[in-house]
Amino acid sequence: MQNAAKSHHETATGRAVRWALTFVALLFLTLFVVVPLALVFVNAFEKGWHGYLAAISQPDARAAIRLTLIAAAAAVPLNTIFGIAAAWSVSKFDFPGKNILVTLLDIPFAVSPVISGLIFVLIFGLQGWLGPWLEDHGIQIVFAAPGIILATMFVTVPFVARELIPHMQAQGREEEEAALVLGANGLQTFFRVTLPNIKWSLLYGVILCTARATGEYGAVAVVSGHTQGGTNTIPLHVEILYNGYDSSGAFAVASLLTLLSVVTLIIKKVMEWKSSGAAVHGN
Amino acid sequence: MGIEVRNVTKKFGAFEALKGIDLSVPDGELLALLGPSGSGKTTLLRIIAGLEFPDTGSIHLNGEDASVRSASERRVGFVFQHYALFRHMTVSENVAFGLRVRPRNLRPSREAIRERVMSLLKLVQLDWLADRYPGQLSGGQRQRVALARALAVEPQVLLLDEPFGALDARVRKELRIWLRRLHDEINVACVFVTHDQEEALEVSDRVAIMDKGRIEQIGTPDNVYENPANPFVYSFLGNVNLFHGRVHSGKARIGDIEVDAPDHGDASDAPAVGYTRPHEMEVSRELSGADAIGVSVVRIQSVGPNVKLRLKRTDSGQFLEAEITRERQRELELKVGESVFVRPRQVRVFIADPSEVPINYQI
Repeated sequence: MQNAAKSHHETATGRAVRWALTFVALLFLTLFVVVPLALVFVNAFEKGWHGYLAAISQPDARAAIRLTLIAAAAAVPLNTIFGIAAAWSVSKFDFPGKNILVTLLDIPFAVSPVISGLIFVLIFGLQGWLGPWLEDHGIQIVFAAPGIILATMFVTVPFVARELIPHMQAQGREEEEAALVLGANGLQTFFRVTLPNIKWSLLYGVILCTARATGEYGAVAVVSGHTQGGTNTIPLHVEILYNGYDSSGAFAVASLLTLLSVVTLIIKKVMEWKSSGAAVHGN
Repeated sequence: MGIEVRNVTKKFGAFEALKGIDLSVPDGELLALLGPSGSGKTTLLRIIAGLEFPDTGSIHLNGEDASVRSASERRVGFVFQHYALFRHMTVSENVAFGLRVRPRNLRPSREAIRERVMSLLKLVQLDWLADRYPGQLSGGQRQRVALARALAVEPQVLLLDEPFGALDARVRKELRIWLRRLHDEINVACVFVTHDQEEALEVSDRVAIMDKGRIEQIGTPDNVYENPANPFVYSFLGNVNLFHGRVHSGKARIGDIEVDAPDHGDASDAPAVGYTRPHEMEVSRELSGADAIGVSVVRIQSVGPNVKLRLKRTDSGQFLEAEITRERQRELELKVGESVFVRPRQVRVFIADPSEVPINYQI
């Protein structure tokens, strides 16, 4: 742009187009992102600080927050381990069926979350495959916390692996081979060579995974059963409050999720900045 | 002692990468594995290191069967073509890696490791870069760090995979000489892979020339250059001129000229191929005797102390190459388009195998 201005090639129409495009983009973002987000907080504080605190410390809300955190705490580490294992095998080894594995990884992205929830009801529900056996043994999965954890895990499966695979493929196998030849065992190779190289994309994947795990609605709604104070997660609780005409309560709880995603975005931005700094440093 | 490769074969799917390789490299020898890409040389090197496992055969390192050992137990130094330095570690951390991952009872003290790292960095003349990251080094410096890192674990054998392949010509030449000096100091069996015949002939004690998963010939640089075992080796080790003709009881007839072919005394009128290197071509203005080929000069190119001539045979239209000294050119004062005569001073004659068309590496 500087060049264009210097060489006097930017005509009046050119300038007008530039401003018009910028204006349209900003207007769109304001209308569809900034205003709604701001409204969440405005509505949340409709009844002041006290109303806000009351809404989020109410027992049902606390139970929903707890369940959401439990589901995320179970799904994120398990998917991290799975993601590393999958990315490792895909990027460092050749084996038959590799492409099928990569394709399968994307299924949770492609399938509607409602269907994902339904899958678990069909497997573990009373009328499902394992339902009668589970009932005989007094294990409840659907309409209980385990179902919610399973559904959350299912929808977040691809996040870490998807983030790692391209990165690890680009890095190749040579550094790991060098470590092996130098006498390192598998664990040493992983912790001293592989992990430091993938740490930024790994963290990024974990953050995205956490964001999705806490915010998931569709799949969880199907397996939850909506027991207040029992099997509700934050998004489900928000919906119940809203349907019960407690809009300020709904927005107060919703503001927690919003805050979480804003924090996530900030962390992500900081990390991108840091990792690009590291790239300049390391490469 | 050193490295022994016994009857190693390796297939990748349907592709036979190695077809029965036997090779032994004694301690203190620097062997070059030379061959075109796809000849199996890198695969062989990786099998010796334990990064790849053979389908049949065995690898013996210092008299012990190493075939069952993993790469981390073999104590080999391996230098990768693209360095494979750990990019998140400094130069000194890279060099120290092999010592730091040892089990506690075998690991030298922190002090001892630091000393060893510094002395190795001095050896490769990079001690002043100890705290830099690989990304901040030039290609030649990275390769030397990779070498120091490989030497840190006091390897029984040293393996280098196209160590200078990614470097520019000048750095390449420097490192070549430097590698030779270093090798003479450390005295271990050393194998390096290259596709550059000049590099192989200049640095190594012996050269093994590979093609299509086999070792075609192995010997000292002089030996393989002077007495190539077959047309492939001959044409791979430098530019060649190729003549088709016939050989009959120790004499080869190529066009109008006749040359001695003492290796083929029992041949009777068999089709033959003769090879002559450009510097073995004698160029003259007058027809001296019958043993000359009439040519016209197509191009004259000065390269360093020599002058390269591209010639075209007047009888068959085939292109030939000759290399003469600058002095000779001053005497002859050749110009493009002139008609002159060439006579091969020496011709290596091979009985032609009609199924195998020799690849002409003439550039």
